[in-house]
Amino acid sequence: MEHAIQQLGPTVVHQAGYLWLIPFFPAIGALVNSLFGIRIQRTLGKRWNHGIAIGMMALSFLVALRAFGQLYALPGGERFLQNSLWNMLTAGQLTFDLAFALDPLSMMMVLIITFIGALIHVFSVGYMADEPSYWRFFAYMNLFIVAMLLLVMGDNFAVMFFGWEGVGLASYLLISFWYTDIEKAKAGMKAFVVNRFGDFGFILGLFLLFWSLGGIWEPRADARSVTYVPEIGYKADPAAQNPFESTGPRSAIVEGHTIKLGPTLNFRELRDQVVIEGTGVGEHLRHQKLWGIALMTLVGILMFVGAMGKSAQLPLYVWLPDAMAGPTPVSALIHAATMVTAGVYMVARLSYLYAMSPTAMGWVAIVGVLTAIFAATIGFFQYDIKKVLAYSTVSQLGFMFVGVGVGAYWAGSYHLLTHAFFKATLFLASGSVILGCHHEQDMRKMGGLKKLMPVTAWAYLVATWAIAGFPWASGFYSKDEILWKAFTQRSMEFFGTPAPWLGPAIFAVGLLTALGTSFYMFRSYYMTFTGTYQGGEGHAEEHDEDPHSAHAAPHHSAHAAPAAAHVAHGHDDHGAHGHAPHESPLSITAVLVTLATGAVLASLLGIPKLWTGHDPILEHWLAPALPAEVTFAHFGHATEWLFQGMGVAAAAIGWYLAMRLFKDGKSRVPHDLKHRFFGLWTVAYNKYYVDEAYHALVIRPALFLAAFLSWFDQHIIDWVVNFVGWLGRFIAAIDDAIDKYVVDGAVNGVGGLTREGGRLLRRIETGRIQTYLYGAALGSLLVVLLNFLFR
Amino acid sequence: MVPTLSHFLAVAALLFAAGLFTVLTRRNAVAILMGVELMLNAANVNLVAFNRFVVGGLAGQTFALFVVVLAAAEAAVGLAIVLSIFHTFKTIDVRAADLMRE
Amino acid sequence: MRPVNKLIAWTLGSAAVVAAVALLSARLSPALAAGSSRQLAGPFTLADGVFYFLAALAVGGAGGVAFSRNILYSALGLLASLLGVSGLYVFLSADFLAVAQVMIYIGGVLVLVLFAVMLTNRIGEVSISNASLGWASGAILSAVLLALLLLVAFEVPWVSRAVASGPTTAPLGHGLLQQWLLPFELASLILLATLIGAIVIARKEIRAE
Repeated sequence: MEHAIQQLGPTVVHQAGYLWLIPFFPAIGALVNSLFGIRIQRTLGKRWNHGIAIGMMALSFLVALRAFGQLYALPGGERFLQNSLWNMLTAGQLTFDLAFALDPLSMMMVLIITFIGALIHVFSVGYMADEPSYWRFFAYMNLFIVAMLLLVMGDNFAVMFFGWEGVGLASYLLISFWYTDIEKAKAGMKAFVVNRFGDFGFILGLFLLFWSLGGIWEPRADARSVTYVPEIGYKADPAAQNPFESTGPRSAIVEGHTIKLGPTLNFRELRDQVVIEGTGVGEHLRHQKLWGIALMTLVGILMFVGAMGKSAQLPLYVWLPDAMAGPTPVSALIHAATMVTAGVYMVARLSYLYAMSPTAMGWVAIVGVLTAIFAATIGFFQYDIKKVLAYSTVSQLGFMFVGVGVGAYWAGSYHLLTHAFFKATLFLASGSVILGCHHEQDMRKMGGLKKLMPVTAWAYLVATWAIAGFPWASGFYSKDEILWKAFTQRSMEFFGTPAPWLGPAIFAVGLLTALGTSFYMFRSYYMTFTGTYQGGEGHAEEHDEDPHSAHAAPHHSAHAAPAAAHVAHGHDDHGAHGHAPHESPLSITAVLVTLATGAVLASLLGIPKLWTGHDPILEHWLAPALPAEVTFAHFGHATEWLFQGMGVAAAAIGWYLAMRLFKDGKSRVPHDLKHRFFGLWTVAYNKYYVDEAYHALVIRPALFLAAFLSWFDQHIIDWVVNFVGWLGRFIAAIDDAIDKYVVDGAVNGVGGLTREGGRLLRRIETGRIQTYLYGAALGSLLVVLLNFLFR
Repeated sequence: MVPTLSHFLAVAALLFAAGLFTVLTRRNAVAILMGVELMLNAANVNLVAFNRFVVGGLAGQTFALFVVVLAAAEAAVGLAIVLSIFHTFKTIDVRAADLMRE
Repeated sequence: MRPVNKLIAWTLGSAAVVAAVALLSARLSPALAAGSSRQLAGPFTLADGVFYFLAALAVGGAGGVAFSRNILYSALGLLASLLGVSGLYVFLSADFLAVAQVMIYIGGVLVLVLFAVMLTNRIGEVSISNASLGWASGAILSAVLLALLLLVAFEVPWVSRAVASGPTTAPLGHGLLQQWLLPFELASLILLATLIGAIVIARKEIRAE
C-alpha cells in the first residue's frame, strides 16, 4: 500500500478538556493504594485494594472510550484531540506544557493499555490472592498504567519521556516485587540499568533533533569538530543583532496557515514543521550532515538506541528474559503488551523523520530482523515456559521493528496490537498453568494439562495459532503485511549505500523466523498440554521460579522438608492440596477467554486489501497519524498471494515439526538430536553466552572502575584531604609556637624587662642614707660640671 | 704669702671635701655626724672669709653664728637619733639601718 | 654587686672623671696659659706662718676625722679641726665667732659627740651584707668636688677690698637684736624644738625597751 504523495496541511486541533482524566484515575488508584493500601488491606480486606485499582482502570477505559467516540466522529484528517493543562517549563527556546494529545495512533495505544491493562488487573486478583503485599502490587500496577498513558498520550517529548522513564521505574518495581530474593532484585536492577543505556541514546538523539531545527552544524577548519550556528539557512531575521538570541517565535505562512518554526519538543509542531513542504524545514533537515553522516540518520539511529533498550532489541535485550522473575501478570502487561512496545510507538510517532533517512530505516529493520531470529533460536531450547514466551516477545518485537523499519508503520503498529492480545493471552495462560502446577514453570514437568485445564489449554492454543501466523487469527495478518512490505521495500540504504537487496534479505530471514516462531510456540504447547502429567511435588528447580513471596525460603529447603513446605503452601483458590493440577478460578479463565477472543477479533482490523479491495480498517484509521512518505516497489497480486502462501507454509512446517517432535512427549528425536548436537544445543540453551559476555565486557570493567575509584578516593583523595588537615594542624602548630615563643615571648619579655629593670633600679633603694647622699652629691656635682662645661 | 681669700677658700674646700668623704664612707654614725660638722665648719669659713674680704659688714659673721647654733642643735638631735638607732639595731653601723631597702 | 658589674661601673666612672677633667683643663688651659699671675714669691711673715699652721691644723684634723680608724681619734681630729677653724676666724677678724666656736662647738658639740662615742663604743665589726659603694667612689667624688672647689677658689678673680676690722661683739649684738631679730627668735625656737625633740627621741627609746 503506497502513500499517495499528499499535500499535507497543518494538524487541525480539537480541544478535549477531559483527556487528563485518563491518566488521572489510575494515578488516584496508585496514590490511594500506596499511601493507605496497607491499612485498607488490613481493615477492609484485599477486595478493596483490587476494587480501587480495577475501578480506576475501568473509569480510565470509559473515558478512553469517550475520547475514541469523539475522535471517531471527527472527519478523517482532523482527528486530533488536545488537552493542555499548564506550561511546565520555558527556558529560552525550550518550552513545553503538561499536555495530552490523542491522535489515531495514540488512541489505539490508549485503548490497548486501558483494556488489556484492566483485564490483567482482574487476572491479578486470582493470581496474587495469597500475596501479603497485595496493596503494593496494585499500587505499582496502577502506577505503571499512569506512566504508560503519559508515554503514549504525551503531547511532547518531555511528557513522553517522563512516561518513558516512569514505565522503566514501574517495571523495576514490579520485576523486583519479591525483592527479598536477591536474584529477583538483581533482575530488576538489570532491567533498569540496561534501559538507562538506551535512554542515553534517546536523549542524545532528541538533543540533536531539537537543535537541528534551529541551526546548522558547520564543520570547522580541522574537519573533525563542528560548530553550531543557530538559525541560519532558513528564514532567520537578518536584522537581529545577536544570532544567538531568538527574535521571538518564528513562523512560516504556508497556504494561509501560520506554522511555528524553530526548535520544539511538541510532536504536533514538529510534524507540522517537517512534513509541510512549504516551511523548508524538511529540506533543511534532509541536507544537513554532521561529521559526514546525514543528520537524520544520526537522529534516527540514536533514538532507536532508546527503543533498543526499552523494547529489548539486540544487544540490549538481556533484561527481558530476566524480567520473568516478576509475577506473571507483570510479565503479561509490561513485558508483552505495553512497555516493550513503547519503542515501536516512538518510531511510529516519528515516522516522518525515519522516512527521511533510508540508512536509519535500514538500520532499524536489520536490527529488528536479527533480533527476531536470534531470540527465536534461543527460544527453541528453553524449558521454562515463561522464558520461552520472553524470547518470543523479543522476537516479535523484532518483527515490529522490521515493520516500522521498512516503512510499513501501520503494519508495525498493527503487529503491536495483535501481539498485545495474543502475547497477553499466552502469558496469562502460562500463569494459569504455573498456578495449577503449584508454581512449576519447567515444561518438562508439565504435560497432559489439556484435560485438566481445558479453558487454559484452549486459550493457549488460540494464541499459539495467532502467533504462528495462521489465517483467521490476527498474527497472520500483521506478520504477513510486515513481511510483504519488507520484500517490496527497495529504497533502504545500508549505511549510505543504496541496498535494494536489503528488503528481500530481511524478508527471507523474517520468513525463517516465522517458521521458528511457529515451531517453538507449538513445542511449548505440546510439551505443556499434551501427553501425561509429569509433575510431582511441584517445586521449580530453576532460579527464576515464581513462588509466593512468603515461601521463597522454604523452596530452597524443600528437598529436606517437603512436607513442611507443602503445608506452608496456601492456595485459597485451589481447594484441596492435590498434586494434580486443576483449572483456575473464573477471574482467571474469564480473562483468558476474553483475550483469546480479542486475539481472533483483532484480525478484523487488518484484513488485507488483497482480500477485500479496501484498505484495512486499521491502516485507514492510522493514516493521518503516520504522514511519512515511503515508496514501495509494485508487484502484482499473484506475487502477493504467493507470499501469503509462503508465510502460511512456513508456519505449517514449523507446526508439523513441533507436532512430530513434541506431541504427547513420545518422540525420542528431540532427545537424540540434542545429544547429537550437544555443543550447539548448549550454546543456544545458554543464550549464546551473551550475559556472560556482558558480565566480562561491561560489568567487570565497571566494578573494576568502581573499585579503582574507591581505592583512589581512599588513598589519594583522602590522602589529599588528610594532608590538608595535617597542613592545617601543622600551620596551627607553627602559629602555636609563634604565639608561645614570639608573641608571648615579646609580652613576657616586656614584663621581664620591666621586672629586671625594676630589680636593677631597686638596688638604688639601699635604705642607707649614705648612698642617697652620695647620689645627691654626685647629681649636684654633675649639674654644676655640666653647666660649667656647656656654658 | 699673704693669705688671700683664695687661701681661705681653699682651706674651706679641703675641709668640705674631707667632711664629705667622711659622710660618704664611714660606717660609724657618730663619725658621719662629725663629718657633717666638718662641712658646716667649712661653710662657715667660707662665709666669714667672704665677709672679711668681699662684702664687709657683719652679715657673714652673723650668718656663721647662726650656722654654729644650728649645727649644735642638729648635733644634739642627731646624736639623740644615733642613740635611738643604737637601741634599735644594737649597733651604730649605718649599714645596719637599711629597713627602707628594696 | 657582682665583680663584673663593679668593674664596669668603675671603668665608666673613671672614664667620666677623666673626661671631665680633660674638658675642664681644656677649658682652662687658655686661662692658665694667659697666666694668672700668682704671687709665688713674696715675704713670708709670721702671720703667714701662723695662718698656715692654723690651716694645717684644721685640715689635718679634718683628715684625721676622715681617715682614722679609731672613732676616738676621729673625735680628737675633730677637736683639732675646730680649733684650727677657730684660729682662722681670728685671722678673719671674727673674734666673737672664734670664741663662740670654741665654746659651742668644742665645749658643746664635741663633748656631746664624745658622750655618744663612749655610749656606743660597741660598734663591732659586724659584717653587714649591704655593701655600699665603697670608699673609693666616695674618694673620687670628694676629689672631684675638691678639685672643682679649688678651681673656683683659685681661678675666679675675686675682687677683694680692704675691710675695716675691729671688735665684732657689740656690733653682732646690735645686729642680732635689730636687723636679724627674726632669725634670732627663730633660732631660739629651733633650739627649743631641738631640746624637746632630743629628749623625746632619746627618752622614747629608753622607755620602749
